[in-house]
Amino acid sequence: MLWTNIFAGFGGQGVLLIGQLLAYAGMYEGKNVSWLPSYGPEMRGGTANCSVVVSDEPVASPVINKCDCVIAMNRPSLDKFEQNVLPGGKLFINSSIIDKKATRTDIDVYYVPCNEIADKLNNPKVANMAMLGAYLEATKAVQTKSVLDALLYKLGEKKAALIPLNEEAIEAGAASIRK
Amino acid sequence: MQTVFKKTPILTDAVLHYCPGCGHGIVHRLVAEVVDELGIQDRTIAIVPVGCAVFGYKYFNLDSIEAAHGRAPAAATGVKRTNPNNVVFTYQGDGDLASIGTAEIVHAAHRGEKITTIFINNAIYGMTGGQMAPTTLVGQKTTTSPYGRDKDHCGSPIRIAEMLATIEGSAYIERVAVNSPANIVRAKKAIKNAFECQLAGKGFSLVEVLSNCPTNWGMSPVESMEWLEKNMIPYYPLGVKKDITKEV
Amino acid sequence: MAKKLMKGCEAVAEAAIQAGCHYFFGYPITPQNDIPEYMARRLPQVGGCFLQAESEVAAINMVYGAAAAGARCMTSSSSPGISLKQEGMTYLAGAELPCVVVNMVRGGPGLGSIQPSQGDYFQATRGGGHGDYHPIVLAPASVQETVDLMQDAFDLADIYRTPVMILADGIIGQIMEPVEFHEKKETRELPAKDWAATGWSPASNRPRAIVNSLYIEVEELQELNDRLQARYQHIRENESRAELYNTEGAEIIVCAYGTVARICKAAIGLCAKQGVKVGLFRPITAWPFPEKQLAKAMAQDSVKKAIAVEISAGQMLEDVKLTVNGTKPVEFYGKPGSYTPTAEEIAEYIMKSREA
Repeated sequence: MLWTNIFAGFGGQGVLLIGQLLAYAGMYEGKNVSWLPSYGPEMRGGTANCSVVVSDEPVASPVINKCDCVIAMNRPSLDKFEQNVLPGGKLFINSSIIDKKATRTDIDVYYVPCNEIADKLNNPKVANMAMLGAYLEATKAVQTKSVLDALLYKLGEKKAALIPLNEEAIEAGAASIRK
Repeated sequence: MQTVFKKTPILTDAVLHYCPGCGHGIVHRLVAEVVDELGIQDRTIAIVPVGCAVFGYKYFNLDSIEAAHGRAPAAATGVKRTNPNNVVFTYQGDGDLASIGTAEIVHAAHRGEKITTIFINNAIYGMTGGQMAPTTLVGQKTTTSPYGRDKDHCGSPIRIAEMLATIEGSAYIERVAVNSPANIVRAKKAIKNAFECQLAGKGFSLVEVLSNCPTNWGMSPVESMEWLEKNMIPYYPLGVKKDITKEV
Repeated sequence: MAKKLMKGCEAVAEAAIQAGCHYFFGYPITPQNDIPEYMARRLPQVGGCFLQAESEVAAINMVYGAAAAGARCMTSSSSPGISLKQEGMTYLAGAELPCVVVNMVRGGPGLGSIQPSQGDYFQATRGGGHGDYHPIVLAPASVQETVDLMQDAFDLADIYRTPVMILADGIIGQIMEPVEFHEKKETRELPAKDWAATGWSPASNRPRAIVNSLYIEVEELQELNDRLQARYQHIRENESRAELYNTEGAEIIVCAYGTVARICKAAIGLCAKQGVKVGLFRPITAWPFPEKQLAKAMAQDSVKKAIAVEISAGQMLEDVKLTVNGTKPVEFYGKPGSYTPTAEEIAEYIMKSREA
C-alpha cells in the first residue's frame, strides 16, 4: 500500500492540518509516513501545500512530484497541481469555491462542496474536514477513527468537545461522493 | 626581615612582553591584586582578547580562555551561563572592544550579563603597529591616519563608558586612568567595585582604563603619561558613569 | 517508547537535549527557527540555558565559551548564518573544543533562497574557515536518522575534541516523520574534560587550564597541526559511515546524500521497473568521506559508472571522483541553487546515461 498525496489551498483553509492528520493516522496504524510542507513567504496569505506519503514500505522519497492524489481546496491549487496526478489517480476539488471542472479524463475526479457542508454544520472551519472525509471515503488510506484520534491529540483534551462536529463533517464529506 | 611588598600570586612568573612603560603591566597587576584580595582565584576565569593583551593567559594565574578578536564578551557569556558560580572577566583593548567587538560588548551589557570587563583605552592599535582606533583623538597621527585623525573623514572618538552607561543592563561603569599614583589607586578601587558588582549578581560591570602606548605614540613613557593627562582625560572624563549599587 | 510524529528541527533539538546538551546559543534564520524555539521552551525545563545571541558570530563564540567551560553545547543555523559562524568554527577547531553545529542548508550564494539545497558541502567538509582543519560532518537522510546521529555527534565531538556539523537540508528541518527516541544507548567511553576552564588554584589537582589557539612559535604551531592531522587520520580510518543500497551487482552506482539520496532510492525503483539495476552509495559521514565503501562498490565488474546527484553544481562529486580516481567514468546530475530533482527526472537521466 502506498499513497502519495498533495494537499493544497489558501493559507488558513487548514490544508496543512488535514495532511498532518492523515500522517498521524497512518503512523497510529503502524504505517510509514512523511509530511512535508511547502514553506516560505508564500505561506502567509498565499497558497500552502504539503506532500503526504502513507506507505507500508519505508518512505523512499518524501519529495513528491507525480502523485496518487491531489486535494485542491482552491482554484490556484487546481491549476497548479492537476497535472501532477498520476494516470488512474484521484483529484479532489472543493466545488464550493472552485467553479472550474477538471480537464483530465484519465483520473477519478471528486467534486466536494466543502464550504456548503461546513455551513450546514454551522462552522465554516470544518470545510477541510469535509474534504478529508471525501478523501478517506475514496482511498480508504486510513480509518476515520485513526484520524479522530490524531485530531484529539492535536486539539488536546480541553477541546475534545469539538470532536463530534469534526466527525460529522468527515461523514458528510464522505457521503457527498457516495453514489 | 619584614616583607613590605610581595608580588601577587595571581600573576605568574612569566616575563611580560609589553613594551617598557606600557600601562598594561599596571592594569594586569591591579586586576590580579583584586582577584587575590577577594579570594576568588579558584573560581575566576580570564577571557583574554586579540590585541596587545593576547598573551594574557600566560600572565594571569587563572584558568584562561583566549577569544577571537572582539568576541571575548560572547565567550564570557558562554562560560558564565554554563557555570554561573564562576567569576568571569574579559580584558580587552580599544580595537577589540570598541571596533570589531562593539556588538558583543553592547549586547553583553544589554543582557545585563554578570561579567566584568576591563577595557584598556590607549587610543591606538598597539599589537598591529599603531593604527587608528575608534578611540584615537581628533588630530592624532597614527599609521592609518598619517595626517591626523580627521573627524569629517572618520568621525570623532567614541566614548565607550558613557555609551554603555546608557544601557539598562549595565550595573557599574567607571572610567579611570593609570597615569599617576593617585589615579592608579582609584583604578584599583574601581576594578574592585566592578568585581564586587559581579559577585553581588547586579549585572554587567565595566571599567574603562585610560592607558598609554609610548611605543606607538612615539614618546618616552614619561611624556606619554603627560600626553594622556593633557589630551585624553579632557575628552574622556574620569569618574563613575553608572552605579546601580549606590542607587536607592 | 512510542513513535511520535515530529518536525525534523524539533526532533533535532529534543535529541540534542537527550544527548545531554543543555546549552544552546542561536540566532533566528529560516528554515531552522524551530530549533531555537524548541530549545527556548525545553531547556529551562531541564535546568539548561537557551540564549538568543545578538548575532551568528556571537552565538558561535558563546558556544566557544561554553565548550571551554566543559559543557555539551550547540548552535544551529542555515547557510548564510553558517558562513558567519566560520570564524568561531576555526577557533573551536584550533582550541580543540567539542561542540555540535547544525546547518539546515538553504540555497545560495548570498542570501539565496530559503528552500533546500546542498551547496554547503565544500564549506562543511573542507573546513569552511581558515587553517587546516575539518569538522566531522554527519549528513542524515531522515528525521529518525538525525535523531539517532545526535548522540553520536556529541560523543564524537567529545572523543576527538572537535566541532561536529550536522549537514542537513531544509527538507530534513521541515518534514514531519515518525521518530522514536531510544533509551540512551551504551555510549562510547568519553575522555574526562580535565582541560576545561572551570576555576583553578594551586590546590587544584590538574594543571591550569589554558584554552587557546594561538601558537606564535613555528614549532609550537607545528605541534598543534601535527596533533590535529594525526587525529583526522584516525577519524578517517575509524569513523566513516555509508549506506549501500542495492549496490551488489549494480550496473550504475548513484552517489547522493541527505534527502536527495531518498529521492534517488525512488528513482532506483523506477529504473528497476525498466529492468536496470542501479545501486545507491550514500555517505552518512560527509567528512570523513567513506572512500573505502565507495571504492569497494565501484570495483565490482558489473559497475560501469558512478553518477553523483546533488542540489549543487557538483561538490560531493569531487570526493566521488577522488575516490574513483579515473578507474571508471563519473557523471553528475543536479543543479546549483534550490531545485530539488524529482525521482522521475533522476531516473530519466540514469536511463539516458546508460544508452550514451
